[in-house]
Amino acid sequence: MVGIKSYGAYIPRYRMNHNTLFMAVAFLGSFPAPGENAIANHDEDTLTMAVAAGIDCLSGVKREMVDGLYLATTSQPYMVRQNSALMATALDLKADIRTADFIGSTKSGTTALLSALDSAKGDTSSNVLVCASDCRLSKPGSPQESLYGDGAASLLVGNEDLIATLEGAHSVSYDFPDRWRASGEKFEHAWEDRFIRDSGYGQFIAEVISGLLKKCSLSIKDFARIVYPGLYAREHGAIAKRLGADPSQLQDTLLSSVGDTGSASPLMMFVAALEDAKPGDRILVASFGDGGDAMSFQVTDKIKGLADRRAVKKHMASKKDLASYEKYLAFRNLAPMDLGMRGEISIKTPMSALFRERKVILSLCGSKCQKCGTPQYPYQRVCVNPDCGAIDQMEEYRFSDKNGVLFTYTGDNLAASIDPPSVYGVVDFDGGGRFWFDLTDCDLDSVKVGMPVEMTFRKRYVDESSGVHGYSWKAAPVRA
Amino acid sequence: MAEGIKDKVAIIGMGCTKFGELWDKSAEDLMVDAFKECMEDAGIEKKDIGAAWFGVHFEEQSVGKGATPLSLTLKLPFIPVTRTENFCATGTEAFRGACYGVASGAYDIALALGVEKLKDTGYGGLPGGPSLMGTKNALIMPKLTAPGAFAMLATRYFSVYGLNPEEGKSMLAKVSVKSHYNGARNPKAHLRREVTEEQIIKAPIIAWPLGLFDCCGVSDGSAAAIVTRADMAKKFRPDPIHVKALQIALSSGEELMYTKWDGAHVETTSRGAKSAYEEAGVKNPREEISMAEVHDCFSITEAVTMEDLQFSPRGKVKEDIEAGRFNLDGPQPVQPDGGLKCFGHPIGASGLRMLYEMYKQLQGKVQLPERQIKNPKLGLTHNLGGFPPMNIVSIAIIGL
Repeated sequence: MVGIKSYGAYIPRYRMNHNTLFMAVAFLGSFPAPGENAIANHDEDTLTMAVAAGIDCLSGVKREMVDGLYLATTSQPYMVRQNSALMATALDLKADIRTADFIGSTKSGTTALLSALDSAKGDTSSNVLVCASDCRLSKPGSPQESLYGDGAASLLVGNEDLIATLEGAHSVSYDFPDRWRASGEKFEHAWEDRFIRDSGYGQFIAEVISGLLKKCSLSIKDFARIVYPGLYAREHGAIAKRLGADPSQLQDTLLSSVGDTGSASPLMMFVAALEDAKPGDRILVASFGDGGDAMSFQVTDKIKGLADRRAVKKHMASKKDLASYEKYLAFRNLAPMDLGMRGEISIKTPMSALFRERKVILSLCGSKCQKCGTPQYPYQRVCVNPDCGAIDQMEEYRFSDKNGVLFTYTGDNLAASIDPPSVYGVVDFDGGGRFWFDLTDCDLDSVKVGMPVEMTFRKRYVDESSGVHGYSWKAAPVRA
Repeated sequence: MAEGIKDKVAIIGMGCTKFGELWDKSAEDLMVDAFKECMEDAGIEKKDIGAAWFGVHFEEQSVGKGATPLSLTLKLPFIPVTRTENFCATGTEAFRGACYGVASGAYDIALALGVEKLKDTGYGGLPGGPSLMGTKNALIMPKLTAPGAFAMLATRYFSVYGLNPEEGKSMLAKVSVKSHYNGARNPKAHLRREVTEEQIIKAPIIAWPLGLFDCCGVSDGSAAAIVTRADMAKKFRPDPIHVKALQIALSSGEELMYTKWDGAHVETTSRGAKSAYEEAGVKNPREEISMAEVHDCFSITEAVTMEDLQFSPRGKVKEDIEAGRFNLDGPQPVQPDGGLKCFGHPIGASGLRMLYEMYKQLQGKVQLPERQIKNPKLGLTHNLGGFPPMNIVSIAIIGL
């Protein structure tokens, strides 16, 4: 038996109300439907959100157990340099695991999940972490701009201790040219909406679900929850009607609260369904994109024993309005802002140093003195405790999963930042260890000495001259 | 216990250029200007100099690496020249090298010269960011600026001693009011305008809680000293100034990476001061140190330094500031030349600039008599290079 062992999600803190968007682009004749979209902060992207969802999913799970990591996305930062391998380092997973990127289609989230389930069935991996994440760039004023939201979901797949077991799966594949983006292009192209809706969305989802039901000898009425993405609100309901489902069985599409999160969308909805699920519930999960995948799961008793996590619900509730469309454009570098000459000083990443120091930079690992027990970041060979000073008696110590308190801070208007002031401070970690970090997802006015903080993996810079997306860890107020 | 440097070395000449945004002066011009004044003051010739120490921090902004910029500019005749670099303690490090050079007997006369040309960067503030701290730090540290790093000292000080932002900012403003008052009376100072507490508090925030007037000037300038062995000093002038202590203390990492440091003081200053007082035989610094030029890169740095130097009891500097203790007419004047705040801060020159002011004060030869402190006995200089939890502090005490 294979299935789901744990789940997690991530939704960025910022939301942009469609009214804000409307006020900015109405002159183009764009009239978005009511609602809001989740907007990644300027230091977030597909990878950072996937890492955050992965961390949420691994709540209460030993990282050493994970033996596979699949990333699904259509907006990966690197075309060459495996994004999932970078993620595995950020998550401080062991090196002897299988990593893979599933890209190029919005069904990649469910395809990655199916592949993980296959690995578990074939006994090649028993704890595969699947992260689906999308932070898609859309052309200002385009219909996608109001449709697309940023978010990520994560599922741990295995063959024991399952909270939901897989009953069956079915896939269909069509070269459906609804949206496309060629290599080297920044934005997606899209064909006419009515074509996408009538020839693709409305057809494939029904087709793949019908195929699944036939294969599993199940009726649509057997499902407590039915998950499939909601690209078109009215058509979403019409598909259910054609399948003979009751509207009450349909899982909320998150379309008006988060937006269409691409590869992540069906898995985020699945996570939301699992949050409310009771043992015995059947959940149907289907995706859309170049055809689609469909799976049937049955929830087990073990769902009651899951450790606390944020998943979709808590992330949804914890939000801040991004009141300026121009700021959003600046976050995405769609309106290049002047950062002054100081902002032109770019950080060059020496790749050999990045690899050598990957545990420190990307995994946020330091050391713990085996003689006096002092945790220290970054990794030290000589103990920093003045009363100890032991040399080479260190063991590796992970700080990314430790919270801390803010020892001191500032809001710096001189430092070049796309979102000034640049807030940073010194963190005292619970259990010991101190270092300084940038602070993110916070407003200077609400930052206080002694405030609890958590660590979050973020994009530090993009050096366009060398094509490097640099990442490191920042501190953030513990999110509600 | 080592003997120390006390009374082994004397300063027989000093020079200091005007500091400021000197658009028409190169680093080389500034070096020549400081050297000229220094040599005239010492009354010696170039051939008398046995060795030189040359301090510059941001060499990539101005003169380039190594020590040849000094030898080539001054046409030093194939003598040893050593380049020193230790952040804001760079100038004092050059002086320290020269002092040890003559104290050892290796040379009779040595030159220390510091220079910095900062205003060719094209922007305000110091050049830099995390890349100054090495490859690994550049990839893990916040994009710190100097105001931001010291603002965190202010945040912490306010928090530890229970000052609300208004009380804290008012205390810091008084530090700057005093320095502007002194700077306005110094023809060589960069910033020569008096400001009020209200102006300071209302100024734009650079890095919360520090505003524009909490920050020192970023300037071009150079300063130099000629030192000799104490037993030879009277041959050159009747009023040589003697070195009583030369100390330097560097962070061990425990401030930034261990959780004992309270963040409201600077450990290196506090340790360096203890060593300096021991070397100079000072028992009660609050009473015995007549005056000081300390590293007031930011108003908070000066305030905290008063406590670390034991001029004020821990947590009590506010009372001393409010009582005017460190004003020009107070019992223990600090920054009589305007300090980094108003005299300006060309990194590599600052330590020697501070010594220049103490030297002139001790000789009773301050340029404008209204700044002359009456009968000073001991003058202290202090530099803090780097950031509060990760720095280099130099302390020098000189006297008659």
